[in-house]
Amino acid sequence: MRAVFTKELLDNFRDRRVIINTLILGPLMGPVIFALMISFMTRQATERMEAPLELPVVGAEHAAQLIAFLERQGVEILDPPDNPEQAVRDETHEVIVRIGPEFAEHWREGRPAPVEIIADQSLRYTGASIARVRGYLSAWSQQISQARLQLRGVHPDVVRPVFATVTDLSTPESRGGMLLAFLPYFILITVFMGSMHMAIDTTAGERERKSLEPLLINPMPRWQIMAGKLAATTFFALATLGLGLVAFVYAMGFLPVADMDMALNLDFRVAAWAFLLVAPAALLAAALLTILASFAKSFREAQSYMGMVIIVPMIPSLWMLVDPARAETWMTLVPLLSQNVLILELVRGEPINLAWVGLSLASTTAVALLLALIAATLYNRPRLIFTSA
Amino acid sequence: MIEANGLRKTFNKGRVVAVDDVSFTARDGQITGLLGPNGAGKTTTMRMLYTLLRPDAGSMRVDGIDPEVEALKVKRALGVVPDSRGLYDRLTARENIRYYGDLQGLDRRTTAARIDQLVDVLDMGEFIDRRTDGFSQGQRVKVAIARALIHEPRTVLLDEPSNGLDVMTTRALREFLRHLRSQGRCVVLSTHIMQEVAALCDRIVIIADGRVAAEGTADELLQRSGEKNLEDAFVRLIGTDEGLLA
Repeated sequence: MRAVFTKELLDNFRDRRVIINTLILGPLMGPVIFALMISFMTRQATERMEAPLELPVVGAEHAAQLIAFLERQGVEILDPPDNPEQAVRDETHEVIVRIGPEFAEHWREGRPAPVEIIADQSLRYTGASIARVRGYLSAWSQQISQARLQLRGVHPDVVRPVFATVTDLSTPESRGGMLLAFLPYFILITVFMGSMHMAIDTTAGERERKSLEPLLINPMPRWQIMAGKLAATTFFALATLGLGLVAFVYAMGFLPVADMDMALNLDFRVAAWAFLLVAPAALLAAALLTILASFAKSFREAQSYMGMVIIVPMIPSLWMLVDPARAETWMTLVPLLSQNVLILELVRGEPINLAWVGLSLASTTAVALLLALIAATLYNRPRLIFTSA
Repeated sequence: MIEANGLRKTFNKGRVVAVDDVSFTARDGQITGLLGPNGAGKTTTMRMLYTLLRPDAGSMRVDGIDPEVEALKVKRALGVVPDSRGLYDRLTARENIRYYGDLQGLDRRTTAARIDQLVDVLDMGEFIDRRTDGFSQGQRVKVAIARALIHEPRTVLLDEPSNGLDVMTTRALREFLRHLRSQGRCVVLSTHIMQEVAALCDRIVIIADGRVAAEGTADELLQRSGEKNLEDAFVRLIGTDEGLLA
């Protein structure tokens, strides 16, 4: 078994393409994409919040006071386009405010004066602008209503029976955790990427080179040959995982998180825990991909199966993203989901729940060993040995 | 020594009969040739002997060991050069051979010494430390043979060993096989080339349609068929001339 392990490592280390792809590009890809994505997102968000709001107003002449208020708030009032609805649909403007001629009349009579906000709420990026317009309008509305009440000798608090505040208990770490929601996916994908090439090369590749038949003639139980191959594949997966985590720690250091009042809790201590958590998943990935690749007759055929498998580690991450549920014990029993949940807890800076870590390690190892056992029996099937049989 | 008795192997749930009924004996110190047209069942017979396929019926013994009972022991007793040479392109010839030494459980010193011997006998000095990527057929066969003999097996099986070799390399190969015979080993090779068996084999087993059509020395086969040369004898014995041109 050791002989197979060392040979597979030597064989694959000789291939410069493999080394560059799996040990350099693979681990770097995640952190780089992730860091770029986050810094882009945050920069966009701050720019959007801080840039002066440009607001075309239809019928500005009907509400001179409101316009003056908006201008005092720093809003840049623009001349309206001829067809406001069309302009929003064309995305030339995000938000347009329309003040009808009846505004002045309603205003004088003390009835609610209509203001129309024209926007397409299905466009996600307009959300912030709409919220800002609403905010200005309600601030003005409140100002006027207080003035009107005081004019009639009523204390404004009379119409404010409840005073609600939010005490935010989030910490910079936990807010940073929100930002890292997709981190588990990027970590899990590295073990799949890392084991992919080896899994194919040691099985389908061996068949393509027609070297499997002579190999199996050696006096060695077939499960041992498979075990050596699996060990080499797992080793590669772990190496990719380790390198990937180190790259993540460094990449996160480049993010302007302090500006956002957040802290990214991803230092080497957290990375070490993440490595421990994901290590059984490396064996799982190696065994799963090896099983699949064993059925393929050639490299190319095996690669076509792999595309589908890469989706597997995505499922729990996407699910957590769509339906952010609280971490519960049963989740730690589901391989891949448990790594997701626990890594998120880690980066939020929560205390480590050792029982959960234990459950996650045990359940993932159990499933991984089961897959490895299945893989070990594969070479007892003649169909998988001969290229043409 | 190999004894095969009533071997039978079918594929696709019995619909394709690859080997119907094959019995023969290959003795130590002799070269035994399995001769037959393409698709006669030679490779399948070989695969059963080196335990990669289980026969549906029949029995085998290699040096008295039953492969069905002690598969690992038989594998240790055999040196096999299969139809597919299957070298690792990114490893050198020496590393390829050393890997099989490791798999056979030899220690590194023994392996190294034997590789040196084989390099000598097979004349591989020129390319032993080059990566096998880009090797000629002849070089590949030599490495495959060295790899199969690293544990000094008593019995040697070669499937179509001269496939794709030029005249000079074929001659060298024959010389090497005679050398193995002179060491008292049992050599079995399969081929569809008449000249090969005529030039090399002490005993000939003619296989056609998964059955043994005839068995004996070249002279015995000539006598039995009543023909003057081996080629005509072959055609007569398998009852058709198909496969000869293939």
